[in-house]
Amino acid sequence: MTVFIIRRLLASVVLLFFISLISFFIITLTPGSPYPWGELNPKVSEDVKRIFREKFHLDKPLHEQYGFIMRDLFTGELRSIKDERPVLAKIAERLPATLALNLGALALSLSFGLLLGVYGARHAGRPPDVITSVLAFVFIALPGFWVSYLLAIGLVNYGAVPILGTHTIGVTFSNGLEVFLDRWWHVMLPASILAIGGVAVQSRFIRASMIETLREDYIRTARAKGLDENAVFYRHALRNSVRPLITGIGMLLPALIGGAVIIENIFAYPGMGRLGYEAVLERDYPTLVALNFVTAALVLLGNLLADVLYAVVDPRVRLE
Amino acid sequence: MITTTPEPLEVAASPMERSLRRFRANKIGLCALGMVGLLAVIAVAFFVLDVLGIPWPMDPDATNLERKLLPPDSVNWLGTDNLGRDVFSRLLNGAYISLTVGFVAVFVSLFIGVTVGAVAGYFGKWVDNLIMRFVDAIMCFPTFFLILTAVALVGPSIFNIIIVIGLVSWTGTARLVRAEFLTLRESAYVQAARTLGQRGPKIIFRHMLPNAAAPILVTAVLGVPEAILAEAGLSFLGFGVQPPQATWGNIIADGKTYILDAWWLILFPGLAILIAALSFYLTGDALRQAVETRSERQ
Repeated sequence: MTVFIIRRLLASVVLLFFISLISFFIITLTPGSPYPWGELNPKVSEDVKRIFREKFHLDKPLHEQYGFIMRDLFTGELRSIKDERPVLAKIAERLPATLALNLGALALSLSFGLLLGVYGARHAGRPPDVITSVLAFVFIALPGFWVSYLLAIGLVNYGAVPILGTHTIGVTFSNGLEVFLDRWWHVMLPASILAIGGVAVQSRFIRASMIETLREDYIRTARAKGLDENAVFYRHALRNSVRPLITGIGMLLPALIGGAVIIENIFAYPGMGRLGYEAVLERDYPTLVALNFVTAALVLLGNLLADVLYAVVDPRVRLE
Repeated sequence: MITTTPEPLEVAASPMERSLRRFRANKIGLCALGMVGLLAVIAVAFFVLDVLGIPWPMDPDATNLERKLLPPDSVNWLGTDNLGRDVFSRLLNGAYISLTVGFVAVFVSLFIGVTVGAVAGYFGKWVDNLIMRFVDAIMCFPTFFLILTAVALVGPSIFNIIIVIGLVSWTGTARLVRAEFLTLRESAYVQAARTLGQRGPKIIFRHMLPNAAAPILVTAVLGVPEAILAEAGLSFLGFGVQPPQATWGNIIADGKTYILDAWWLILFPGLAILIAALSFYLTGDALRQAVETRSERQ
């Protein structure tokens, strides 16, 4: 186990290196002006451009630029072009909100995906299965921003669900529990919308995994010894087909964090996605490099956790 | 002289025929395929009308401030937007943007994914290891954010959007093709071709690729709605195809300001995106079921 984790960590370092290369080259190799104010802006003099280039090492060859950016990123010296604040500090202050939103959406995806998938497998090939399958594809095909607006109209007019920010503004709560509940109440709507696609994807995987498990010999054995169908289904088959739940952690995260860019923007939710969108608007290169790097590293961490969880949950998996 | 090879009494159905038969039996898949066909016809027809300058049912870009923000009626079937443009015409006119992005981006991603996957799967060893670690690294990135970053930096245009979506979304195909190739490489006919002294590229393209065609086709069809949704999201954030060209995403983006007064600006373009994406997903899923060999053994 320890050996496995160490080896995976080493492999992750290799991946992290590739990740850093990709996030750097997306910014530098794409054509377009490196200046936040545009290439041909007549109001900006050559001197200002030169100072800017020197400050952000843009006058150096690419491999040196890469070295500088990575050094600054790891020493926390990398600063945003927009407000000159350290990028890592900007990301860190968004991290709790991002984690709440994405982990909330992940939990919703996994749990409702499991329910829908198990229901589909239980009725495999019959009308309820066909209906849930089509429904799953409807969920995947729904554009999140569209659902957000439709729901927002409905909820503003007919409900009391908050649709902006992370907490109720101008209210002081007497204890921590109320603060927590208030935040949870605010995260709920964006997290649910973010989770729609994940629920569908997850339900497809669970369903396929269940149906495959149901063909195994030990299921036949269980039926042959006269076990009641519910026991066969929930005690024997379900337990052995929860692998997609764990795989889902690694697979859904990139989609969730990506989708969060739009959802956070709509619900004025101060997470990393919104930070990224703002950085894109301002052509804030250092922030973009750091954000891409940090989010990819988070996903990598999620994958690593999933692999370890695999072995913990499923004794058939041997980690070498 | 007596011929020793008797004619087979009954010609067994080829795998292709069996797949086609299974696909034809799938009602949902057929409906979805029909819908895809209809969308394609609409997209091509209105692209031609646009190029020829024939405003039908109305000019999608013609403003009419006396008739702005009107709900659906007999003149403007799906209402008008804040500049008095006909939403129905704009929807029809935006169809080809979505479909073009969907198809061409998938083509780009297939090209890269198949090449990379084939090279990794055929050569194996350290080539495979290096390429797949790189693919793993790309898969860690939140796709939509990556696309948004790249499109924003390059500048939004239909060409750039297609290229960026294609460049970002090939990893799934690469993994699939690699896995197929790793198994195909050991098959007898590939060994035979190698023994005969055929060279790598010929073995890859002539012998192995056709045998991996079915799963590649399925991922291709399932990739189209992904690209359509990504384009819609980009358009919604203002990084899509630029106005005045109507796209389904930017009609919603423009309409969101009037969200409480003009629901038709939000509802209909979203439905269009949903229907288009859903048709492709259902077609792809039906195809997957039709070509999957495992279901035959049931």
